[in-house]
Parts: sequence; C-alpha cells; structure tokens
Amino acid sequence: MNVADKKRLLREMLFARRFEERCYEAYVERKIGGFLHLYPGQEACCHGVLEAARPGQDYVITGYRDHVHAIKCGADPKEVMAELYAKETGSSKGRGGSMHIFAAEHHFMGGYALVGGPFPLAAGMAKAIKMKGGDEIAICFLGDAANNQGTFHESLNMAKLWELPVLYVCENNLYGIGTRIDRSTAVIDQYKRVSGYNIPSAQEDGQDIEKVFAAAKKAVDHVRSGKGPYFLELMTYRYRGHSMSDSNAYRSKKEERMWSERDPIILLRDRLIKAGEISKDDYKAMDTEILDSIENEVIAFAESSPEPRVEELEKYVLAENDPWVYGGGR
Amino acid sequence: MAEIMYWEAIRRAHDEEMERDPLVICMGEDIGVAGGTYKATKGLYEKYGAERVIDTPISENGYTGVGIGASFLGVRPIIEIMSVNFAWLAMDQLFNSAAKVRYMSGGQVSAPLVVRSAGGTAHQLGAQHSARMEKVFMGIAGLRVVTPSNPRQAYGLLKSAVRCNDPVYINEHELMYNMKGEVPDGEYFHPLEGSEVAREGSDVTLFGYNISLHWCLQAAQTLAQEHGINAEVVDLYALAPLDRAGIAATVRKTHRAVIVEEAEPAVGVGAEVMAIINEECFFELDAAPVRVSAANVPMPYNHKLEKAAIPNAADVVAAVRKMLGK
Repeated sequence: MNVADKKRLLREMLFARRFEERCYEAYVERKIGGFLHLYPGQEACCHGVLEAARPGQDYVITGYRDHVHAIKCGADPKEVMAELYAKETGSSKGRGGSMHIFAAEHHFMGGYALVGGPFPLAAGMAKAIKMKGGDEIAICFLGDAANNQGTFHESLNMAKLWELPVLYVCENNLYGIGTRIDRSTAVIDQYKRVSGYNIPSAQEDGQDIEKVFAAAKKAVDHVRSGKGPYFLELMTYRYRGHSMSDSNAYRSKKEERMWSERDPIILLRDRLIKAGEISKDDYKAMDTEILDSIENEVIAFAESSPEPRVEELEKYVLAENDPWVYGGGR
Repeated sequence: MAEIMYWEAIRRAHDEEMERDPLVICMGEDIGVAGGTYKATKGLYEKYGAERVIDTPISENGYTGVGIGASFLGVRPIIEIMSVNFAWLAMDQLFNSAAKVRYMSGGQVSAPLVVRSAGGTAHQLGAQHSARMEKVFMGIAGLRVVTPSNPRQAYGLLKSAVRCNDPVYINEHELMYNMKGEVPDGEYFHPLEGSEVAREGSDVTLFGYNISLHWCLQAAQTLAQEHGINAEVVDLYALAPLDRAGIAATVRKTHRAVIVEEAEPAVGVGAEVMAIINEECFFELDAAPVRVSAANVPMPYNHKLEKAAIPNAADVVAAVRKMLGK
C-alpha cells in the first residue's frame, strides 16, 4: 500500500463516515424510513479487505449494514442515497431500502436482512465461479452474532468439503443487536470456531486499515489460489446502536471512549500527518469537500428523484414475458 | 409415445437439460452415488460427475442457500429435498432469499432455481414424514409452485422449470414415483401456468391436483356409472399462480365446484379456489362450493387412523351426491 493508496483510502473512509452521518440526519428528518443500520467505527474492515481484493470483479455479499460495502464495490453513492430515500432512481429502484442495497453490475450481490442468510449464498456464488472457471472469489461480510446461526456451520462445512473460493469476513463489533458477545456466545474468539471445519483463519485489529489490508491480502491470496475457503475475523466497534431504533443504553461510556480513541479514520489520518504526507488543513479541506459533495450531489439527487409509480407495484415479482412459463411458446 | 414411470420422466428431464447446458446441476441428499431415494437422478452421477451431481450434507437450509447463490451467477440448480417435511428447514432461504431477491434488488438479481420435493402421505410414515406443504409455498410472492399429476407433467414441468427465470417449487408425491403414463418421445415443455381439463363433464367440477386428481377421476367414474352424474375434472397442476380464468370457465359451465386436497383445509388450495370462484363467478353457482380435505391432525401412525385422516374417492362421491341431492 503506497502513500497515494493511503490518501485515497483516507478519503474513501471519510466519505463513508460522512455519508452514514448524513443518513442519520435524513432519518431524523424522516426522509429515510424503515430500519437503518449505520457503519461508523467499522470503516477499516470493509475498505481494508476490499482494497486487498478486486472490488467490482469479486462477488461481494453482506448483511443489512450494507451501504458502505456497496459503495466500495462501485455503487454510485447517489443511487444508494436515492434508495434510502425510496426513489425510483435508487439502486434497487426504491423496492429494497437500506437493508437491501444491490449493485449487481459491480458484483455487489446484496444486503440481506436475515442474520446469517448470506453465508450459504456466498458459498453458492463461489460454487458458480468454480464451475465457470473464473479467478474471481466470493467475499461474505457478516457480524459476529451471525456465527450463532445454523447457516454458519452448514456453510463452512460445505465450503471446505467442496473447497469453494469464498472468503468469510467476520466484523466482530462485540454486540449482537444489544447483547454483548460474552453473553450470547460460548467462544469469544470467532476465528477459533472455524477450526472444526479445517478452514484456515486469522484474527486482526479491525481499526487499523494497514493491518486489515495485510491480513486480507493473505486471506484473498489463499482463496484466489484455489486453496479453498478462509475466515478472517476483524475486531471492531460500531459507534451507534444496532439500528436507529436502538437506544444504545447497554454500553458503558468508558468502553465507547476506549474505542473512539482507536478510530480507523483518525488512526490513518494521524499517521499520514506524522509522516508529513498531509497537513491538518489538507484533511479539513478534504472533509469540507466531501461534505459539500454529499450535500450538493448525493442528497440533491435523492431529494429531486421521483418515487416509483404505484402502477408498477407488481413489477419485479416474477420475470417478465418468460416464454418457458408458457411451455416455450408465445 | 412411450409409457414410462413418473420417476423415469423426472430422470429424463434432468438428463436432457444437463446434457444441453453445462450450467445445469443437481443437488440433494443421496442423489449422486446412491442414485436418489426415488431414482429421479439415477445414473447421472456416473454420467456428469461429482461437480454437477452433488451429494449434499443433511443441511437443507444450507444447501438450498448454496443453490440459490449459485443461481445468482447463472447456474441452474435442480435441488431435490428428499421429503417435503425437511423443506420446512429450507424455508428461510427459499422464501427470504430466492422468492424475494428479484423484487428487493429492483430486478438486478434473480434466483432461477428449481426445488423438487416429495410430499404427501405414504404408508404409516407418521407425523413428521407426511406433511403436505403446498399451501405454504403457494402463499409466497415471487415463487412459482407446480405439482405434476402424471409422468407427462412430471417431465414437461421440470423441463420448463429449469429454463424459467423464476424460482420454481415442484411438489411431487411419495406414492406416485412408480405411476406409469405416456410421455412424448420428443422434447415437451409443459406450461408453468394454467390448468387442464382431465375429464369433460357438465354437472359439477371436481378440482384436484397431484394425487387428489386421481381421487377425482375415480370419483367421476363412479358418479357416472352409479349415480348418473357427469362430473368435469380439472387438474390444477399450477398452484401458484392459480389459473383464475380456467377455474371460472369450468364453473360457468357446470355451476358447481368441489375442491379435493390431501392437505388440511385451513388456508389451503380449497380455500383459495373458493375465494377465486367467489371473486370471478359467484352468480354462476347453483350450490355452495365444497372442499374435501384432510382431517386437521398431525398424521397418525396407525393405519386405520391414517386412512381416516386423508380423503379418498368415496369421500368425493359422497360430497358430490350431497351437493346434488342424489
């Protein structure tokens, strides 16, 4: 990772942070409905891993905390915001919402709202890649709490049994909704749980993007070289509650302060400042520019876009004009 | 036109589609080396190999999800769930992922896979191996549900389902795999929507599907021979979507309807067909529609109790005679 990469990643992570914070405001203003799960605090996980992969080519899937993963894969932030605003120009044409961002042309295959649901879907995408003979890999990002679903174990077993090219990334933010990991999970270190399936795994600091990148590089290389699945656990923290309807009362101020001192953006920023690569003013200017672009481009696009037409309520339920429905005729 | 068994018809459809398209695969428990519980995939493992004829672990939700994920990227999986009772475990992936992904992605991603499963009551398999789940599947938007009543349909429905771009659930029956019937020698694609008039009649319409279609046909014969009643029999091979126009057309002709289902009555095919009749052609009716359904009990093990729990042709005859006062 060279200096230019680091500067770009700093910008991408700051953009992700400001994007999510703006979502929060829009939600409070009731411009965004439904459930909203925000990503601040965890930015180095998504950006570090995908920087080591091939975003746009590798197939990526995740849970409902999905905006930032979609954008890093190549989704247009304007379309992601328009989706949150439930507009026809949204990435899922206003039919999906925050938990179901898709950008299939960039191989971001979606956000799913059943905890643990993407585990087997990722293994299936890896199976398809293997059958077609490509050198892409499937990458599945989920939280630590998803590992208590049956799909975790079923999918790891099949992924290893069939040596599928899939990387499972566990963003361990220590809480499953409002329950702390030690109150829900017998084994705290998630990377140890996959040893029963003979899958190589590692645990890394999820706040330091350079460490995430190095660990992910190793993981991605393993999977892409045809050696089968890999499991990477990243220790991280989300600053906000599980979703907007979560009061966040279950965590201590001390714990929150401890993690905010290891903020992934600040860590990288200070490192770059210390190395003389950027100045404080550069950073401020970048922040201002990002805030302006979110307001003037992203929000403006979402605000001014039309809603879906009620006449098209049933569009996308089934394939349109599929001849095989009529026995191949018509 | 050759006469072959229901399982042979399904096997032939698999074989032809796998031969044609290298992205068609099949997955399920015991379907490969063992050849399949119902022989529906017999010999395919030897012909196409382990990468395409996949013996899965006993992880119904997991391997159904794997099939769905593969289908996102253009693979066409045909998944056999050994018994419909195990399909309850796969409902999360089938309903939450396969049925909804096209809609919630605004048409970007679809799950063109086929799930086949054997349902129904067989011989004393007890409460956890005798489920009739079609009514659950047919209530989920985004999923097509078909159910073959003979080898021709078993062959042609699977052929169309593999090529269709929607997820299709095929409801088969434990007791029907050895049924013989004529199947066209050339390729045949059965429509995934609509209904078939299995017997023309004028006095009453008997609606059946899958195994209950045969109870209807038997009952129609008895009604004609012994009671002078000319029953029309309609085969609802497509349960989702149901054939509204076909249902209305036959009721406009006979003015009476009896719906026969192997499942418990609540929120079932009978209830749904009655609702369609009410909505489409209520004033054509000469009598209130009736459903002949299973008793609302977990399936008992005892043979006599089991027989009493599910309807048969005699129950259909009795229902029609009561309706017509004959």
